[in-house]
Amino acid sequence: MGRKILFITTDQQRFDSLGCNGGTVARTPTIDALAHSGIRYTRAQPQNVVCMPSRSTMLTGQHPSTHGVWMNGVPLPIDAPSIAEDLWRSGYRTALIGKAHFEPFLDPFLRFAENRLGRDERATEYTRDENGTEVPHRGFEHLALSTHGGAGPFHYARWLANNHPEAVQMYYQVLDGAEMQVNATGGGDTNAPQVKVNPIPRDWYHTTWVAERTKDWLASLESDADWFCWMSFPDPHHPWDPPQSELHRVNWRDLDLPAGFIEDRSELERVLENKPRHWKAWWEGKFYSNFEPPRRWVPSTLTADQTREVNAMAHIMNEMIDEAIASVLSKIDERGWGDDVDVIFTTDHGEFQGDFNLLFKGPYHVDSLMRLPLIWRPAPSAQIAPQVVDNPVGLVSLAATFADIAGLERPEYVEASRLPVSSGDANALGHEQTLTEWDSVMFGKIVSQRTILRDGWVCSVYGKGTMHDGTEGELYNLQNDPLQRENLFDAPAHKATRDDLIAALWASQPPRQLPLRECDAPV
Amino acid sequence: MATIRRHIFIDRPAEDVWALVGRPELLHEWFPTTGTKLEGDKRWIYLASGITFEEDIVTLDHALRRFQYKIVNNSIITSHLGTVDVIDDPHGGCVVIYSTEMEPEVLGLMVGGAAGAGLQKLKQLMES
Repeated sequence: MGRKILFITTDQQRFDSLGCNGGTVARTPTIDALAHSGIRYTRAQPQNVVCMPSRSTMLTGQHPSTHGVWMNGVPLPIDAPSIAEDLWRSGYRTALIGKAHFEPFLDPFLRFAENRLGRDERATEYTRDENGTEVPHRGFEHLALSTHGGAGPFHYARWLANNHPEAVQMYYQVLDGAEMQVNATGGGDTNAPQVKVNPIPRDWYHTTWVAERTKDWLASLESDADWFCWMSFPDPHHPWDPPQSELHRVNWRDLDLPAGFIEDRSELERVLENKPRHWKAWWEGKFYSNFEPPRRWVPSTLTADQTREVNAMAHIMNEMIDEAIASVLSKIDERGWGDDVDVIFTTDHGEFQGDFNLLFKGPYHVDSLMRLPLIWRPAPSAQIAPQVVDNPVGLVSLAATFADIAGLERPEYVEASRLPVSSGDANALGHEQTLTEWDSVMFGKIVSQRTILRDGWVCSVYGKGTMHDGTEGELYNLQNDPLQRENLFDAPAHKATRDDLIAALWASQPPRQLPLRECDAPV
Repeated sequence: MATIRRHIFIDRPAEDVWALVGRPELLHEWFPTTGTKLEGDKRWIYLASGITFEEDIVTLDHALRRFQYKIVNNSIITSHLGTVDVIDDPHGGCVVIYSTEMEPEVLGLMVGGAAGAGLQKLKQLMES
């Protein structure tokens, strides 16, 4: 019997949302306790700041250029490598419960398994490999899928429609009815975009459902089974519509504005103008490059109170996630597995949540979107000492980490070493930098960005595109400028640093799959 | 307005490929739909999700090897024109081009994705 793996992800969660990372609003005692007894990474970075590419990186251990999911809407190839498949082949029981999103959500032709499975209420589907072995979908023998609401073909939506049909419409309507764009409609007390007071009972909410289905699956296993369970909460991704019964937890009126919110409008404009011009153009509502934020929402309309209310909603969602995790860990202890379970907690990317007076995400490689919570609580039986690791590490290291926990060789397809268990281990494994990519093409609007983080700096360069001529970039000193307000890319005093970082960036680029795979949906 | 274009080269003469593409009632044999019904210049296609598209056939030109259709009477799709062209290439094969212009534009991406899958299947059918 080996070590079991509970891999917990959230969606669009900021580093500073957790108590263990300095958060002061949401109470997250369960995750904080995991951090206290495990390894807390202070510089965990995604390889892309939207869902599908980032999740594909977690599963494959590859950068987006390699696995080919270069933007949302591009499906991960069905024959892409999968660490879940490797674990399944080695005898692990495997499940993914919650949000998968390796394949597009919007799929009226039901071309993709994730959408077919929910509609047909099946746990997986099998394909035959070259040796004739029946292999479950991406290596998961059990999938119970959900997304951010009650609509769509996923298992949660079917469960809600079958058991509580009156609740389906309680959620915020993610797409607007006319244009099928991400909805800009506001709600709550402040008319903030994608905020809604949701009357759904807590027991019917997707966070609860994900935890309950996880417990059900764990309960179905033999006591001596080795297992890998990816428990994937859709929150705190927008829409911000947690159950109304939970709103008492955080009163938005009591919140301070986030440190990244700039109240002085002239200072805000100065900061934005100091960055490549798509920043200010989006803020002004003049350039819309991707499907992540609502098309009809203009960021410059964001008020301080709306920012507070969005933050309050996110904090509430995060508290609920923490409590859901506690209930699953309790079930694991009940089964007698507590000493043999590794728990890894992270998210796919961050969220502006008011930084630079913006919400949502896009081609903006700053800490708001790129600094992620990442905690690894090794199985107590492994006797690995608690640590705080400040070296840069990427989500690209997760696949190798799962293999290592399971006692497997590092897969040939992965592009990064396992996560380190200490700073010394990080140095030995070569964790000195991370790479992050952005590419988007939306009806002729093109943005391409490559970023490196190392030596306390983050440096981005832009390719030729709709808003960029290929000479633009961003350079921030993370120590001196933790909010990344001063872009030093063109500062003569930092030219040598910039040039060294750019050289390292290009020298480290993974091979790129060309031609780019087609985008089959907006998300 | 979304403008989508997918294409594929097929190692078969255009007339052979058109023999299938030029029969709109056989769409489901190569496009990811579950069924097709044809009545005169009207066509209905059935999707696995349960959605039905009602279409008007605009062009079925066997000389030009061009098929055009519009999705009509749809509560979401406010404008649509789909075009499939089958064109000889100089090497004895052909290229099939599937173009779509539609509103809302985001739906164009999904139709484009289905068209890409359909063209792959068409190639597989024709070259097998």
